[in-house]
Amino acid sequence: MPKILDRARTRVLDEGAGLDEADILEVLRLPDDALPELLQLAHDVRMKWCGPEVEVEGIVSLKTGGCPEDCHFCSQSGLFASPVRAVWLDIPSLVEAARQTAATGATEFCIVAAVRGPDARLMDQMREGVKAIREAVDIQVAASLGMLTQGQVDELVEMGVHRYNHNLETCRSYFPNVVTTHSWEERWTTLRMVRESGMEVCCGGILGLGETVEQRAEFAAQLAELDPHEVPLNFLNPRPGTPLGDRPVVEGRDALRAIAAFRLAMPRTILRYAGGREITLGDLGTRDGLLGGINAVIVGNYLTTLGRPATADLELLADLKMPVKSLSQTF
Amino acid sequence: MFCDRCGDETVGPHEACARARELEPPRFCPHCRRRMKVQVVPTGWKAVCVEHGETLG
Repeated sequence: MPKILDRARTRVLDEGAGLDEADILEVLRLPDDALPELLQLAHDVRMKWCGPEVEVEGIVSLKTGGCPEDCHFCSQSGLFASPVRAVWLDIPSLVEAARQTAATGATEFCIVAAVRGPDARLMDQMREGVKAIREAVDIQVAASLGMLTQGQVDELVEMGVHRYNHNLETCRSYFPNVVTTHSWEERWTTLRMVRESGMEVCCGGILGLGETVEQRAEFAAQLAELDPHEVPLNFLNPRPGTPLGDRPVVEGRDALRAIAAFRLAMPRTILRYAGGREITLGDLGTRDGLLGGINAVIVGNYLTTLGRPATADLELLADLKMPVKSLSQTF
Repeated sequence: MFCDRCGDETVGPHEACARARELEPPRFCPHCRRRMKVQVVPTGWKAVCVEHGETLG
């Protein structure tokens, strides 16, 4: 067994502490023949410190496209020649989306908007939408609306939003290569305000943006420092018209190594499969990731692209004897 | 007719676009090439062309 896995077994599995950046990097550099052992260890860590349950979530875009920011992976930026047009979802359709999500057994429904930060119109839509969902559907409501002011954080808490997603996307050192219209530190500031408000912090990112393996380790260590309740792990799905539209997809074994490494960095977090897993890992790799540290999934479609049918993921979870986390377990 | 993914004029299937479309909604109206307003929800999508109306998937 590679020495790093011995160290990880003691530090992470036995003691429940995450690996530091240097050790995460060693994990990311493990050869392919060590991958099965690495995934098994990450799975053991997940089972010991999180349990067998899998948290299921649906997401929907309340405001699509026309974003003033230049996140180079995103088809919703108004600054690129992407075919995605601006569109708003009406409240009845939002509630129906929440209802359909809850019908899959999901406990989380995240409302997302492609904005730098919410304006008054968006906050009004959120207030109306969250109220309507809470009256009609038994599901936890999360939100992802970009960078917030303290007043907006307080408003979301008052609305009953229990978790806020704001991805750092990549490590601090690589962020300026991906986004130039705002800084990594501005995102960090929003995350601190969210944490202090009592809302659960959901913060992850995208692998395959052109970062080095060292920067991937840096990112995992920075997320571990933030200690988010949930980490959504995306793999780049290169979008036509964006600056990263021609980048290659992450190689499947590298994706699995990253999943395991992020689990060993954050033994207790909810580590969620998010966008890009279908093209990066396929069905077999998706299964391997669920047996290698992942303990949450986004089911159904994403914001502008499509996912596997929810039934396919639920059947896979049943096959793996991984129960879907119930609403009562989320409080 | 136009490819509903890339918007290029086409007389036959765009194989790469057809493969990509398994995990993407349409973006261009196949009749007039206009960019459509597309709303994706967890269980489906709706695409609207101002000239040719709504398509559901």
